[in-house]
Formats: sequence, structure tokens, C-alpha cells
Amino acid sequence: MTGLFSAVFLSALLFGAVTAAIPLLLAGLGEQMSEKAGVLNIGIEGMLLAGAYLGFVGAFYSGSLWLGFVTGAAGGAAVALIMALLCVRIGLNQIVIGIALTLGLEGLTALLHHFQFSRSYPRLPAADATVIPLLSDIPVIGPAFFKHHLIVYLAVALVFGMGYLYRRTQLGLNLQAAGDKPAALDVAGIDVIKTRTIAVLTTGALAGLGGAYLANVGAGLFIPFITNGAGFLGIVLAMLARGRPVWVLFGALLFGVCLSLTTAMQVAGINIPTDVIQMLPFLAVMIMLVLFGRRASLPAALGIPYERGAR
Amino acid sequence: MSSLSSSSVAARDIVALEGVTKRFPGIVANDSVDLSIRPGEVQVLLGENGAGKSTLIGMLSGLLQPDEGRILVDGKPTPITSPRHALALGIGTVFQHMMLVPTLTVAENLLLGGRWWQRPRTEELAARVAEITSTLGITVKLHAKVSELSLGEQQQVEILRAMVRKSRLLILDESTSMLTPKGIDELGALMRRLVEQGLAIVFITHKLKEAAAFGDRISVLKLGRKVGEIPPERFRALGEQAIISEIVELMFGKQSDDPEAVERPVRTVHAEAAPLLQVADLAVAPTDNAPGLSSISFDIRPGEILGIAGIDGNGQKQLAEALAGQRAATGGSVRLEGVAIEALSVGERRRRGLRYLTDDRLGEGTVGTFPVSINFFLKQVGAAPFWRNGVEQRAEIDKRATQLVREYDVRTPSLKTPVARLSGGNIQKVLLARELAEGAKMVIFNKPTYGLDLANTLASRQRIRDTAARGLAVLLISTDLEELLSMCDRIAVIANGALVGTVENVDDARTKVGRLMIGLAA
Ligand SMILES: Nc1ncnc2c1ncn2[C@@H]1O[C@H](COP(=O)(O)OP(=O)(O)OP(=O)(O)O)[C@@H](O)[C@H]1O
Ligand SMILES: [Mg+2]
Repeated sequence: MTGLFSAVFLSALLFGAVTAAIPLLLAGLGEQMSEKAGVLNIGIEGMLLAGAYLGFVGAFYSGSLWLGFVTGAAGGAAVALIMALLCVRIGLNQIVIGIALTLGLEGLTALLHHFQFSRSYPRLPAADATVIPLLSDIPVIGPAFFKHHLIVYLAVALVFGMGYLYRRTQLGLNLQAAGDKPAALDVAGIDVIKTRTIAVLTTGALAGLGGAYLANVGAGLFIPFITNGAGFLGIVLAMLARGRPVWVLFGALLFGVCLSLTTAMQVAGINIPTDVIQMLPFLAVMIMLVLFGRRASLPAALGIPYERGAR
Repeated sequence: MSSLSSSSVAARDIVALEGVTKRFPGIVANDSVDLSIRPGEVQVLLGENGAGKSTLIGMLSGLLQPDEGRILVDGKPTPITSPRHALALGIGTVFQHMMLVPTLTVAENLLLGGRWWQRPRTEELAARVAEITSTLGITVKLHAKVSELSLGEQQQVEILRAMVRKSRLLILDESTSMLTPKGIDELGALMRRLVEQGLAIVFITHKLKEAAAFGDRISVLKLGRKVGEIPPERFRALGEQAIISEIVELMFGKQSDDPEAVERPVRTVHAEAAPLLQVADLAVAPTDNAPGLSSISFDIRPGEILGIAGIDGNGQKQLAEALAGQRAATGGSVRLEGVAIEALSVGERRRRGLRYLTDDRLGEGTVGTFPVSINFFLKQVGAAPFWRNGVEQRAEIDKRATQLVREYDVRTPSLKTPVARLSGGNIQKVLLARELAEGAKMVIFNKPTYGLDLANTLASRQRIRDTAARGLAVLLISTDLEELLSMCDRIAVIANGALVGTVENVDDARTKVGRLMIGLAA
């Protein structure tokens, strides 16, 4: 069997879907944490981009993919630190600062890349896959899901780690209180500013990691604007997931399939205009918003800076 | 009524305020206040709405920093820098406004504040809670979501939380406002036991009888200044009536025996007049933690005030919301002027003259960050003459708002002030003005005077009487039996979502209602 429905095609499609889903998943999980704590993090697209750029630079000069992940996460966290200072500590408008950060990072990373590499786009060597024994032998499913870079499995494990964090730990309670009724958290003796700062920095690190994966493993190179709205898709995912990490995973995979399908159809040379094909993921966003958007419940204090004693 | 322990050793102050001043833009909320808080004493803090009581508490609990003056803890000047610091110093506070996270369960709320790396200690908590609730005589649903509890139950949870923390100084800011008479007495007894164990308590209330019954020392605030104090020695020497009249003199500068005991004017309700509101077999399905309603039936005639008495959390809120259209009824009929309205929307019922004054003034009654002026017209957004073609008519709004502010005596720095900045009594006036304006025929009041000072309570009650006198039908829901007895023509008692009896408000109504409330036949 050849063409669209061959086993090879299908597993390549799913493999691509997982690869495309990981940055969305990490961005979505990160955004979810910020939102839980009451901070609407629109700057996440910029954090993703910072992670992609610094992740690539780190891996390119050191030759180590893992070091690239570290520099990427640090880059995302650094942008998040600016966000935390301006929006959490000083209490500036989260939407304005978020947009400013995203636009700023788009320009900055493009500029830096231009200075360093001029018009060349050097590639990293292909990432090693961690092949899971036995499972990877299953037809179609095996090559699609069990032959990925180690970080992919870690990201999926993180989903369950987050679920545990939110439902079973003190930090989870604190985060939720910071988003739903920050004054109650404050009078319970927990610093709201600190709690929200931790959440925003974690968001930055996760988004940075997602960006580094996108550049280093997904694409193998950095090009300006490489994230192409993945951070915004992460925001949509976080809003639809209603605080549940597992739903972020499902949503990320769904978008991943759409993104992968886009590439696959282009590669397969199917006769539809590319512009239409590229709309697919965004069409999926619309459909999901129509279907589930109304039930999305956001924390009561989302987007509102906390000031002690104000009323 | 005071303990022996307070008279023994010359107790040293646990916490003392010296010349503390706190300013907010345009207002001095506390003006050079001195206060000494001693172990073994219940210090009652009294004052009108906006006198600055909560502001003072804010400084003791680390939420606010004084602009001038200092706070001494155990005799040492100690700036209380954060709520965490206050808790570490042993100062536990039950705040006036709910400080619970609505989306978390009661247990989770009680656990809030643990170090982030710890696992929530649920079992330990359950044991400790069981111990406290049994002495308090209350039951708490540990696994219920806070948003599903009535305001009274939430208040109990907050008191419980302060107890769980084992404070040296316990501050209760209007913590009796949502409790039943029985709950209030139990809290009073509990306070007595705690001070006997050497705790210090600061107790804020607007009910002078509570002050006289539970206090050892009374301080009165007025416009941010401390205008008087009754020390324990004098307190013990005076009887209840003498204390109350002394307080009234300090607060209002006028003498009166029991200001709340106004004669109920005999009104003529035309018994033959057709009922304005007819409710028959109204039913609402119960939710996990709120009772439903079953076969509720009553009529209210024009000019009549029907009271609903009962222990908080027995379906009062559900009844009010079902009538207003905010909660789906599962059966029964509601007729306004003979026309069935049970299928109509909230807005449509309002247009036909049914008005609902919620007890949740800040939560559902007003939008805290909106200016006072807009809050008057929240339920008319988009309607002429205040909006035309979707455009806000500033001049019209301000003109009418100015009238209402004057008419209802709303004390606000300006029309633009966000409503949440006003004191509780003034927020209530904004609500009253909004709901009683144009076209009201039938009004539901849910706990209309809770948290109001004496002057505002009396003014609100007068408003309600005037409302009925204008020929409107009034449903008055309250947990304050005195209030119902002083206002209503008939009083129905609600228990477990059903009306267990209705009595005419004549001579022996008090005993009859009381019997119904504790489950006996009238
Ligand atoms: N954060 C704030 N910003 C601006 N003004 C405030 C703030 N907090 C309180 N005020 C004002 O300070 C004054 C004192 O308010 P406070 O809440 O202390 O009164 P209160 O005595 O507790 O009244 P109530 O009995 O109604 O609770 C009021 O005029 C209030 O409007
Ligand atoms: Mg107050």
C-alpha cells in the first residue's frame, strides 16, 4: 500500500505530530501554571523564542544538545524574570507587557541571529532517539511514539507530575489560591508575590525548554520567528484545559496532528493550496474554542495584579 | 460578666498601639489611636460604618502599615511587616470580608499557609478540627467546596481557622454578622473560655447587646479617632442598659434607652386586597451541599411585610434566588399581580417590578471596581435614558446618581469612587437605591442590615417600612429575630428548605417563632 494511508506514512505522520506537540505541550503546561496563579502570560511566545534561540546557540557552540536545553530554559526564564518584575512585583498591565515582550523578543532574536550567522542557517546534527524496547516494535504505533528523544518522555512524565503537584501538594494549593483569591493566601501567611513569581519563572523555563526542543530537535536549526505562534496556541490550550495538565497533553497532540498533517500534505504534494493547508491548525483552534471555549473557567483574579491591603 | 483572671495580676499588654495614624487618599482612616490589648480580656471595638475599625485590624494583622505611630508587641516596638509576621507573633484574625478561596474545599482552605514543600496534613487537620468543633458545638463540612456554603457557614469556617492556628491574640471583625442567635451565644461563651485561658481577644460588632454581654473593655472609634473607652472596672460596675446608653452617648452623642427598640407602627394591610405575590408549591433541587426547597407556598399582599426566619443555610438564599429567577425551580408557580412569572428571565422579572437585594453585597450585588454612579444602573445597562444607542450618557447618569446619593445619604468621596472603597453601610445604600428605584412592586430583602452600624441599620429598616407603606409587597429574610419582630406583619419559619409554619406578628409571636425555629410546633 502506498500514498496517504500506508503504514509508513501514518507512523511518520504521528511521529511528526508528537514532535510538533512537545513545544505546545511545554508552553501549555507553563501557561497553565501562570494562569493558575493569576498571571495571564502573553509573553510566552517571546519566552519560547528566547528558548529556541539560546537553546540553539548553546547546543551549536557546545555540541551538546542537553546543554542547549539548559541554555534554552534559562533564556525563557530570563524573559520571564522581566515579566515577573514588571507585572507581578510592580503590577503593570499583563497584556501590554506580554505583547511588548513577544514583539521585542521577535526582533531581538532575529537581529542577534543575523549578526552571528548572517544569512546562513547552520544545522545541528540529528538528535539521538531513545528507543523504548518492545514497545517500539509495535507496528505504526512503535515508530511513531517510542523512538523519540529522551526529553519527549520526560515532558509527558511532567504532565503527570504537574497533575500531582496541583492536586496533592501544598504548592498546588498555594498556586490555586494565588489565582482565585490572592488576599486569602496572603492572610494565610504565604507571600502572593513570591508564589506568582515562582509560577511565572517556571512558565518561562518550560517555554524556553519547549523552544529549545523546537529548534534543536524538531527543526535542527534556528530561523527567525521559528515558533510561529506556538506560544499563543499554548495559551489557548491552557485556557481550554481548565487547570488539568492531562487536557493540555490531549490538546497539544491534537494540534500536533494538525501541524504534522500540514507538513505531510505538502510533502505528499496533495493538490490543495498551501495557504489553505497551513490554516488547518488555526481552524482546529477555532473549532475547539467553539466546542469547549464556553465552559472554560478562568481563575477569578486572572490578570489582576495583587496589592496587599488594597480594596 | 467578666472573668476573674482579668482582675488578678495587672496584666501587661500583649499588643499596644501608640498614636497610630493611617491615611488613605482623601481620608484619615485612623487618627492617632491608642489602644491596649491585654491577655484575659475581650476588648470590644465599636464605631459606625467607616469609623476605621477594620483599618486598625489591617495594621494589627500585617496587611497595612501605619503612617505614623507605632505598635508594641510584648512591650517592644515591633513593626508588623506582613500577615505571616502577624501569624508568627500569635495574632490570628477573622477578617470582615471573606478570606476563603471559593474554589477550594474547606479542608484545603484550612491547610493553606503550610510550607510549600510540605504535604498537606489532612489527617492531622481532621483530628484537630473535630476537637474544636465539638467544643464549639458546630459542624463543618470539611470536604465541601467553600463556594457551596452559605455565608454563615463560611463565617464559621473562618472562626474555626483562627482557632486551629492557636493564636495569643484573636481578632474577630464582625464575626457574628452571619451567625444565628444561638451561634452568637456560643461564640460569646467560647470567647469567655478563651480569655480565661489567657488569650486576648479583640471583638468588633455593631450590636451593642453583644458588646455589653461579651466584653470586658470597650473602645469607641468615631471618624478615625478614639473617642472613648470603658475600662473593665467601670464595665463590671455597670448593668447592660447603663453600658448600652453610655456607648450610644459616646458614638452618637445622644441619649436613648434601647435605640433598636422602636415601636412597630400599626399598619393597615388590607386583608381583602388581592395578593401581589403568590407562591405555590415552589421547589428547587438540592445540590451537594445546599438544601433544596420543597413545596414553598405563601402570599404577600400589597403593603405587607412577610418575614422569613430560620437558621442560616436552611434554604433562605435558594428561596430568594428562585423568586428572583437566578436559580432554576423544579416545580411550582410564582405569580406577580396574578401573572405567572416562573418561566421568565431575571431581567424580565425585574422589569415587571420584582426586585432582589442580595446579602452578598460585594460579590453579586455590585461590581467593586466600577464607580458608584455606574453601580446604581448596573441592572439597566444599555437602557435609555442612561444609555443611548449603546453609548453611555455620562451626564444623565451623573445627574440621576447625584440625586440618589443625596436621597439615600450615601457617603462617598465622589461619584467616581469605586464602590468597593465605601464602607459596608454605604455599599448597602447604593444597593437599596438601585433596587427601590423606578417601578418596584415587590422587593426581596436578604439580610438587609447585616454588618451595618446602628444608624445605618435603623435607616435601612425605615426604608423597608417606607417601601411597604408605599404599597409594595416585601419579603424580608433575616436571621435576626428582633429585626423580624420589629418589622413584619407575619413571620414564616424556614427549616431544611421548607416553611414549617407562619405566625401573625402579634403578642406571643416571639415564643411561637422561637419554638418553630428549634423544631417544635408553634
Ligand atoms: N484600601 C483603602 N483605600 C481607600 N480607602 C479605604 C481603604 N480601606 C478603607 N478605606 C476608607 O477608610 C475608612 C475606614 O474604613 P474601615 O473599613 O476601617 O471602616 P469600618 O469601621 O471597619 O467600617 P464598617 O463597620 O463598615 O466595616 C472608610 O471611609 C473607607 O472608605
Ligand atoms: Mg469594617
